[in-house]
Amino acid sequence: MHNLLNQKYRAPLAFAAMGLLLMAVGMGQSWPFALAILNLCIISAIMSLGVNIQWGYAGLLNLGVMGFTALGGMAAVLVSEAPVLEAWSVGGQGMVVSFILVVITIILSILVYRNMAASWQRRVTLSLLYIGAFFVINHFYEPAVRAIESVNPATSGFLGGMGMPIIFSWILGGIMAAGVAWVVGKITLGLRSDYLAIATLGISEIIIAVLKNEDWLVRGVKNVAGLERPVPYELDLQATPWFMDMIASLFSGRLSVLTEVEGAAALNDLIIQGSSIFVKLCYTGLFTIVLVAVLWLSTKALNSPWGRMMRAIRDNEEAANAMGKNVVRQHLQVFVLGSAVVGIAGAMLVTLDGQFTPTSYQPLRFTFLVWLMVIVGGSGNNLGAAFGGFFIWFMWIEAEPLSIAFMDLVTMGMDQASDLRNHLVKSAPHFRLFIMGLVLLLTMRFMPRGIIPEETRLHSV
Amino acid sequence: MPEFVDILNAIVLFSNFVLVPAISYGAQLALGALGVTLVYSILRFSNFAHGDLMAFGTMLVILITWGFQSMGISFGFLPTALLALPFGIVGAIAFSLALDKSVYKFYRLKKSPPVIFVIVSTGVMFMTNAIVRFIIGPTDQRFMDGTKFIFRPREFKEFTGLSEGLALKSTQVLTVTITLIAVTALFYFLKKTRTGKAMRAFSDNEDLALLSGINPDRVVFITWIIVAALATTAGTLYGLDKSFKPFTYFMLLLPMFAAAIVGGIGSPIGAVVGGFVIAFSEVIVTYAYKKFFIYLMPPALEPTSLMQFLSTDYKFAVSFIILVVVLLIRPTGIFKGQST
Repeated sequence: MHNLLNQKYRAPLAFAAMGLLLMAVGMGQSWPFALAILNLCIISAIMSLGVNIQWGYAGLLNLGVMGFTALGGMAAVLVSEAPVLEAWSVGGQGMVVSFILVVITIILSILVYRNMAASWQRRVTLSLLYIGAFFVINHFYEPAVRAIESVNPATSGFLGGMGMPIIFSWILGGIMAAGVAWVVGKITLGLRSDYLAIATLGISEIIIAVLKNEDWLVRGVKNVAGLERPVPYELDLQATPWFMDMIASLFSGRLSVLTEVEGAAALNDLIIQGSSIFVKLCYTGLFTIVLVAVLWLSTKALNSPWGRMMRAIRDNEEAANAMGKNVVRQHLQVFVLGSAVVGIAGAMLVTLDGQFTPTSYQPLRFTFLVWLMVIVGGSGNNLGAAFGGFFIWFMWIEAEPLSIAFMDLVTMGMDQASDLRNHLVKSAPHFRLFIMGLVLLLTMRFMPRGIIPEETRLHSV
Repeated sequence: MPEFVDILNAIVLFSNFVLVPAISYGAQLALGALGVTLVYSILRFSNFAHGDLMAFGTMLVILITWGFQSMGISFGFLPTALLALPFGIVGAIAFSLALDKSVYKFYRLKKSPPVIFVIVSTGVMFMTNAIVRFIIGPTDQRFMDGTKFIFRPREFKEFTGLSEGLALKSTQVLTVTITLIAVTALFYFLKKTRTGKAMRAFSDNEDLALLSGINPDRVVFITWIIVAALATTAGTLYGLDKSFKPFTYFMLLLPMFAAAIVGGIGSPIGAVVGGFVIAFSEVIVTYAYKKFFIYLMPPALEPTSLMQFLSTDYKFAVSFIILVVVLLIRPTGIFKGQST
């Protein structure tokens, strides 16, 4: 028994158990449902790996995960939507001018910052610069926004994207998240750990606020739906000869015992079901490639001299600093890398959903849940973090039907029409938040290193 | 030159939409930020569950208010919730003390780093949030009764003869009065009483305080009592003024943190000032000044646009921009708090 819990066997055992759980859902509920959970499990695992790079490797408490996820999602829209040429012609010029002015303002403020001594004069100069820039930029920006948003407001009203295959957004999402993370990191890293948490939490709220309100960018709360898919559509598949033949030959045994009419009807059902499973499997394949790549790269990095340095910084900042390691720069690097991974996962999520809805980004779901994944899975261990992504997402989905079933059981003896019973059954879905909190507290208390803990490395000299 | 009446109208307009709302919102934030700052200085961590503790206490107050209303008990022209408030506070105190004993104490004895406390407090946040949603539901609840207005805009117009109206809600006056009482009592307690002095000593230097024979368990115990009382009061006042919704209370965490840090975390007076700074900047920056300037400017210079710096949707962003700026140029806040 002791051997079973040994470090070496934990990861394979944990993942095998996870596989069994998903199979149980497939057989007990339905296969498309199990695959839907699996796909989101993979995306969650990638997010969790991103946060693990920041927290597990370097001990950075980033509570802005939601913001970077949303940036990745925005990239999916910007890549795949067709450009709205009319909007560009009426407002593009104003937007470009405002953008150039913003860049000029930033350059000017850096110049002022570098060339003036830290004093009240510098603060006043900078404040005046910003106030002046605000009014000048607004002069170009506001009319442009109004013009863009009035182009077919019901269906477009934004600048559109690049009209490229959505899969490129996985790259752009990573790059955009990395870029924003660089700016955010420049500002907030170096703050004490819990200030960093509060600041990143706030910045992620600002990112969501911008996405909700800047309609010219990605339509704001009007959402963007019907994004191009990287995989075939179910309806197209159902009319494709090779797919119909494949299903027919797969189930030829079962179909041959039926009469012709029954057989045709049964085949039709199988094709409809099969197309849904096939599409989900395509996503699973694509996501698995990304997951394996991220997992492989992060394991490589963690075991390299770079990873050793990061752990040294995490475990004792002063000592690492004294050894000549630039702690702030390494923190920035790791913050950017981790955020890029989260951005990639965010783009994948929107690709899977086929729509971008800024209001769906809520801190409980996109920041704190991801944290739970890392901590429960095992911070500092890539396999652990990935497993946490699978396990917690599975729990998050299955906790709802389970708590409803539990409530039904508890209230069985009560009168069907009683108010208390109705209230309890109706409120059951909130139980999953409770379960998540409880899991976090229990893990922190009794298993602070997670289900698959970080390896204790003992190097002989 | 604008006429005298126009200047008066502009002042009334400004008071109605900026001054009065910002003062009452600021008072609510100040009470919340005081709780954050006390937990920070005595228990030494940023409590992410504070917004949900507010929600929990307020939920108790609402439930008791409903109970009173169904029994036919009312508080005259004042809201019944004020009668229920002491009971809600007692419940919130019991809840906080139980949480401390079952969750935080373990890490305190182990002397865990602040990061661990932050993570643990997010766990508490999840659970409290779930309990509140489970009991009272995730939707909006209004529980204000009694007299709603001290005077309405129309009454003000008739009384003064100005063309702009000014409304003064009773909840706004209540908020400011109760905040004044609570803050005065708290400062008296911290400065003048033996226990208060012990708490300040503990906050300044824990080891020295322990050497002087201060009982740390007692200090922690008193802190949770004060924090739960402040949180419930702040939550109830906010709920009376606007409405109660668990998610809104969770989101209040952000401006409360901003207020505590801007004022100087660990400094009670800073938390109060920070609350007003955040509230005023949120309201001032998102108010549309068009009408205000129409009163003051000659017709030729009247503004054509709304004259609004940021749309109201950026309210939360405003508090955070201030937070980030303060963290950058003066990490210790306005009143030097604890920075390390």
